[in-house]
Order: sequence, then C-alpha cells, then structure tokens
Amino acid sequence: MKFLIEYIGTVLKSISSLWSGMRLTGYYFTHPKEIHTQQYPDNRATLTLGERFRGEVVLTHDENNEHKCTGCTSCELACPNGTIKIVYKNVVDEEETGKKKKAIDEFVYHLGMCTFCNLCIIACPTDAIKMSHDFEHSTFDRKSLTKILNKPGSKLMKGVE
Amino acid sequence: MFYDFSILTSKIHSWLLAHCDSGWTTLLEMVIVGLCVITLFVVLGLIFVYMERKVAAFMQFRLGPNRVGPKGTLQAVADTVKLLMKEGFTPQAADMFLFNLAPFIVLSVSMLALAPLPFAKGLQIYDINIGVFYLSAVSSISVIGILIAGWASNNKYSLLGAMRSGAQIVSYELSAGLSVIAIVAFTGSMSLSDIVESQRTGWWIFKGHIPAVIAFVIFIIAGTAELNRAPFDMAEAESELTGGFHTEYTGMRFAMFFLAEYVNMFVVCAIGATLFLGGWMPLHFGNLEGFNHIMDYVPPFVWFFGKTFFLVWVIMWFRWTFPRLRIDQLLTLEWKYLMPISLVNMIIVAFVVIMKWHF
Ligand code: SF4
Ligand code: SF4
Repeated sequence: MKFLIEYIGTVLKSISSLWSGMRLTGYYFTHPKEIHTQQYPDNRATLTLGERFRGEVVLTHDENNEHKCTGCTSCELACPNGTIKIVYKNVVDEEETGKKKKAIDEFVYHLGMCTFCNLCIIACPTDAIKMSHDFEHSTFDRKSLTKILNKPGSKLMKGVE
Repeated sequence: MFYDFSILTSKIHSWLLAHCDSGWTTLLEMVIVGLCVITLFVVLGLIFVYMERKVAAFMQFRLGPNRVGPKGTLQAVADTVKLLMKEGFTPQAADMFLFNLAPFIVLSVSMLALAPLPFAKGLQIYDINIGVFYLSAVSSISVIGILIAGWASNNKYSLLGAMRSGAQIVSYELSAGLSVIAIVAFTGSMSLSDIVESQRTGWWIFKGHIPAVIAFVIFIIAGTAELNRAPFDMAEAESELTGGFHTEYTGMRFAMFFLAEYVNMFVVCAIGATLFLGGWMPLHFGNLEGFNHIMDYVPPFVWFFGKTFFLVWVIMWFRWTFPRLRIDQLLTLEWKYLMPISLVNMIIVAFVVIMKWHF
C-alpha cells in the first residue's frame, strides 16, 4: 500500500513539474509581443541595448576634458588578456605642491584582445573606466583596434586621489 | 454530410473503367494515389520545417526565420534547395548497399503508414479492416531502417544511436499499442473508418471518461518516444552522438531521414487525432443543435488537419520544453510507469465497456 501511494505520488509530482515547464514555454509562445530580439541592421537608428551591454572599454571624460584615472594599474593587473597597458609620464603639480608626480601618458587599450569580461571595470578604484554601448568595431586594419583611451590634453580630475 | 469524397472517388473510378480495362484502372488509380501521397509528403515536409522553426523560436522568445520570403515562409524551400545541391557522400568503409537502402526503408515505412488514415469521409487510401493493427505493425518496421543505417555507416556514433533507437522503439511500442487497444475496446472495431464513425456522437476522449484521457496521454508520450523526438531523441542526441544514426548521411539521403521523421510525426498525430479526437468528425456538443449545425459546415479535412496540427504543436511544445532523458531514465519511464499504468488502464477500460458506462 505504501508503495502504491509513493508510486502515484511520483507520477503526480512529475506531471505537475512537467506542466510548470510547459506553462512557461506556453506563456512565451502566446506572448510574441514580448520578444526581445532586435532586428539589428534594420533598426540601427532606434536600437536599444540593455543597461549592462558590454561594447568596449572607455575612459570617461567630463566637459573640462578631465578624467578620473590615477594610473594605479589595477585594471592592467586585473585584465586576464593583457589588453590594457598604462604608460606614465611625470608631471609637475604646479598649483599646489610644485613637486613632480606620476600621471598617465597613454591608456593603451587593445580592443582586439579584449574579451569584455568586465574585470577591469570592477577593479578600478576610482570608477574611471566603463563599458560603452558601441559594438560596431569591425575594421580592415588590425592596428586601428589599438586605441588610446585618454583624450589628448586631458588631465586628472581634482580630488580623485 | 455535404462533403462526401466517396462520390468523387467513385466518379474517377467509373470514368477510368469506361476508358480502359480493370487492370489498367487499378494501376492508374495506384499512380494517382502515389502522386497524391508524394505531394502530401513534400507539402507536409515544407510546412513542418517552417512550423518547427517558428514554434521553437517563439517558445524560446526568439523570432525565428524571417528573412527568406515574407515572414521567412520560404525558409523551408531554401533549406530543401540546399539539401538538393549537397554532395551525396558515402563513407569509404560503409556497406554501400545497406547504406543506400536504409533511407528508402525509413521513408517507405512512413508512406505505408499513411494508407489506412481517413482524411475525410471517403478520402482514405485503403479502408483496411485491421487498420489499427496494420499501423502498429508497419510503424515498427522503421526501426529496421534505422538499425541498418547505423550499422552500414560503420561509425561508432551511428551504431550507438541506432541501438538506442532500437531499444527505445521496441519498448515504447508496447504502451502505444496498449493505449490504442483501449479505443479498440471502446469501439469494438479495428477499422479506422469505423472508429471515426463511432465518434459521431462525441469524441472518445470525452465519451470514454478518465481511462480514455489516460490512454490519450500515454499515447502521446509513447508516440513522441517512437518518433525519436526530443525529449526522447536519444538516437540523435547531438551533444553525445554528433548525429546518431544519420551522422554519415549527407544531401538527399539525409533529407529523406529528415522528411520521414516529419511525416512520421504527422502519422502519429493523425492516429492520435483519429482515435481520440474524432478524426474528421466535427466538434459536437450534445443538445446544441445550432452549434452542431454550424460545425457541420466546416469541411471534414479541415477538422482532420486542424486536430492533427494541434497534436503536432503539442509534440513540438514537448520538444522545446523538456530536456533530453538519459537512456536509463527513458527505460524506467517506459517499464516502471507507462507500461503498468496502461495495463491497469486497459483493465479499467474493459470494465467500463462491459458495464456500458461510456456514452
Ligand atoms: S574587459 Fe576584461 S579583457 Fe577587456 S580590458 Fe577589461 S579586463 Fe581586459
Ligand atoms: S583606469 Fe582605474 S584601475 Fe585603471 S589605472 Fe586608471 S584608475 Fe587605475
């Protein structure tokens, strides 16, 4: 008797679990309006990408051409692919101390080697870099995939260090 | 009532008899039927390929094919053209004769299974009085084709896939047969046209109470397993066996397996629709005269294809919802669950029939 009850219980339980799966796919099937697929080349002008979409790494600059990168190389160390290379220069801090100090000269980013893993963005202590939504990176020359992220003449934002 | 195809067929028959002797008449009628069947095959293949891809896409929140032709309707045609243009490659170590024979066996089995199906009143290739028996006999031949394909390819994946498929079809044949017997017991006839006729007052799934519903569910599960479709696609199991028994097949010979799979799906669903959902009988509700009358105006083949396509859709729904079973789970399901349940169910059906509890 106990066996029979268990047996019927298994059957009913599996039916209900199968049904819950079928209900989900059935819901998807009956709600084609909710499909997220983008018809990309057709809707290029109105394309909407998800918040967390990872297109490429960019260094954010504000309107005064200032960025927040201190050159700490955390991102360079965090990157599993050696995609980022921080090149320094020495600048003289004229306004305050008048001493020499390090600053980034070039933030080199090899887009061709990036796997968009987001580790560099997590590693950055000052939130200087972020992922942009540009993804149309195809090009005929591999060299153009090596980018200098800091804009010419840009400097460190005040109060970041 | 209004749509009786036997008038049309008897007209063709008498016209042919008037113009040539009886031997030629039979031959010509066979040719006509053969052409119809092949046309049906091609049309079904095209429709099912498109339907499968669209249903799969919608169930997975995708759009599916939408570039070739309006809404992607010509996608299946493009696929067919691609398969036609491919090289028909035969592996060097394969058994040439059997390798080439296997797809034909599989395809002709699915053609044979079309014979006793009543598409509409009078629209039946061969009204054989043991239709149900014939169907279960014929449908189990396809496993031979699959085994030959697996063996002749001389490839371990093919052989493994074929063996799995053999184990699977042989075991699921049992519960499929038992659930069909339930309806045979209700009707008291094995002829499919009699079975349809007996559902004039209501479909068996309604008339037969719970035992008929159980038989229907078991039939659909066992039918899916016999078709080698996911979640029972052990024979193909892309992730384990690359392609199963058709790993080595290319071009048109692959297409024949593919087509046979889809036509088999049609046949199983047509059997299910005929036995449980009333075949080409329109939907009738007891006393609603007006409603019943309107339903009578819908042509019977529309009813037949509507029910069949509904079942096809349900089987596709299974496929795109459930993950594939392991071989031991597969056999457990059959031998520990479906088999005993359908045996007990059969006894209940016999009891219901004896006590005349069904309508
Ligand atoms: S996203 Fe990953 S791979 Fe790309 S630069 Fe950052 S850490 Fe390196
Ligand atoms: S981007 Fe961030 S982590 Fe990388 S060097 Fe600049 S401050 Fe450091």
